[in-house]
Amino acid sequence: MESKKVLHVMYDDDGKLLEAAKQLVAKGIQVKDVYSPFPVHGIDPVIGVKRTRLAIASFMYATTGTCLALFGMWYFMIQDWPMNIGGKPSFSLIENLPAFVPVTFEFSVLCGAHGMALTYLLRNGTLPGMPASNPDPRTTDDKFVMEILTEENEMDAAALEAAVNDTDLLELSIKEYDA
Amino acid sequence: MQQEAAIREPLILGNKSYKDITDDVVGPIQGKAPLGWKIMITISSVIAFYGVGCILYLIGTGIGVWGLNKTVGWAWDITNFVWWVGIGHAGTLISAVLLLFRQKWRMAINRSAEAMTIFAVIMAAVFPGIHMGRIWVSYWVLPLPNQFGSLWVNFNSPLLWDVFAISTYFSVSLVFWYIGLIPDFATIRDRMTKPLQKKIYGLLSFGWSGRAKHWTRFEEVSLVLAGIATPLVFSVHSIVSMDFATSVIPGWHTTIFPPYFVSGAVFSGFAMVQTLLLIMRKTMNLENYIHTKHVEYMNIVIIVTGSIVGVAYLTELFISWYSGVEYESYAFINRFSGPYSMSYWIMMTCNVVSPQLFWFKKIRRSLVATFALSIVVNIGMWFERYVIIVTSLHRDFDPSSWGEFYATNIDVGVFIGTLGIFFTLFLLFARFFPVLALNELKTILKSSGEEHKRIQSDGKSNH
Repeated sequence: MESKKVLHVMYDDDGKLLEAAKQLVAKGIQVKDVYSPFPVHGIDPVIGVKRTRLAIASFMYATTGTCLALFGMWYFMIQDWPMNIGGKPSFSLIENLPAFVPVTFEFSVLCGAHGMALTYLLRNGTLPGMPASNPDPRTTDDKFVMEILTEENEMDAAALEAAVNDTDLLELSIKEYDA
Repeated sequence: MQQEAAIREPLILGNKSYKDITDDVVGPIQGKAPLGWKIMITISSVIAFYGVGCILYLIGTGIGVWGLNKTVGWAWDITNFVWWVGIGHAGTLISAVLLLFRQKWRMAINRSAEAMTIFAVIMAAVFPGIHMGRIWVSYWVLPLPNQFGSLWVNFNSPLLWDVFAISTYFSVSLVFWYIGLIPDFATIRDRMTKPLQKKIYGLLSFGWSGRAKHWTRFEEVSLVLAGIATPLVFSVHSIVSMDFATSVIPGWHTTIFPPYFVSGAVFSGFAMVQTLLLIMRKTMNLENYIHTKHVEYMNIVIIVTGSIVGVAYLTELFISWYSGVEYESYAFINRFSGPYSMSYWIMMTCNVVSPQLFWFKKIRRSLVATFALSIVVNIGMWFERYVIIVTSLHRDFDPSSWGEFYATNIDVGVFIGTLGIFFTLFLLFARFFPVLALNELKTILKSSGEEHKRIQSDGKSNH
């Protein structure tokens, strides 16, 4: 059996990378990933990256926050120890609701923002102490690298290499790896 | 790729490549600290230590060492609190509101403006903390089960709303800032050659590798955080204003307070951003990224918010007369003609008159004039809070309780000290952190870079 290989194709411009990705995908080549120093707009649909659902997650965290805040204030102010504060309606959540709006809002934002941020870090696997996995240190500066795996493609390494060499590339490196 | 009209001034000057942007920002971090930086941090940390000393003396002795008395129970402390929180608002405005409006000029200034926000909110939080007197029981502001009943905190009180508002605001701003920093820390990590530095920036960068999926998520998180930080920033200063507006003190009990405070906050915050950035662009050679056009845009925001503040002052005066309530009228007559009239007229001159000078294009685009006026505005906005707080309190309901407030050395020391701590933190940030949002600037290089715009317009004229 042929050994598994990974191709790292480097470009020196985001436009060239985008063009090359379109060319390769048109030939039926599967691009595994792209490493870039900034978001390359338009690359996601080309290489098949789906839209993230983080915003939905954030909405759910925020809704949880809203419910928790309202439940907490109902318990503290209405249920457990109602107090007469300046004649305010301290015995009904609905009547006292206007005074609870600010804290409800703040707590919803708190849960929505932090919940989403944590989910984002966990899903990315970017956490303190994690090792970097970009194939070349220049990809966080001004270079763009496309990653293609032989095991994901029906072509062999030589055919892939030929297809890749047709694009406006800067460097190409091919490595073997153990899956 | 997005195109930009050729007549728009470019946001990035000079013939810059992606690599140049990295070099210009990361270069100073790799190099030795410049002498000017060493001098500035020495001065600011000496002031910071003096401030910490004053705070420790205050905590050890009690808040009687401030000039507070039975009549004027809030003075410099709450003035400083509101002033610092207000300054913080510009950072969130730049990073969140301008992101939603797709304003690309924010990209050169958002990182340092957000840093300013975070340090300013820390300074703000110091004041209610030490104003409690017994700071070691400050956890009593949280709704924790306790042995008094349980006796809970009062959720009807705007002071408690403030606890939630400020802590949410601080922590969300911090997360927003750090998420933007992660890719830039990765850039520094990959350029560092010394092992220890590489290790530290490696830890800070959380192993960021710049994969396509991660960038998609990054942009989504930035957008959603901006979306929720925008109402947050308005709510925070509205709640701060309700600390005053919900009490029945003449001069405080007005419905105009929330919008008036929010625009005042943005006004003073932008002034502080100008003060900091005009020095930073010069000392760190960032003139190509933060240039006259950025300064002009910020000055336009200062004119708008300064004018709103001016209208609010006049509305307050008019309504106090129009209300027909003599106590309310007296509160305002006393402001401009009473014992604190000097503060009132400083406030009026600095906040209402001086920003109007920016209508002149020459002044608006002059860096020296902008720097001078930004300091004037900061002084004016401090006096605004002082006027609102002290003049309203010093004439108590019962004339036998009328009093006056005189600041003590500790009042001054704590305030100056927080300035020292703030500048120390900001200088450390400028030395060790990427001061420009590298990854964001690179995305606008092709649409707003000077050289790219020139090539584009040349290409068009040849057709």
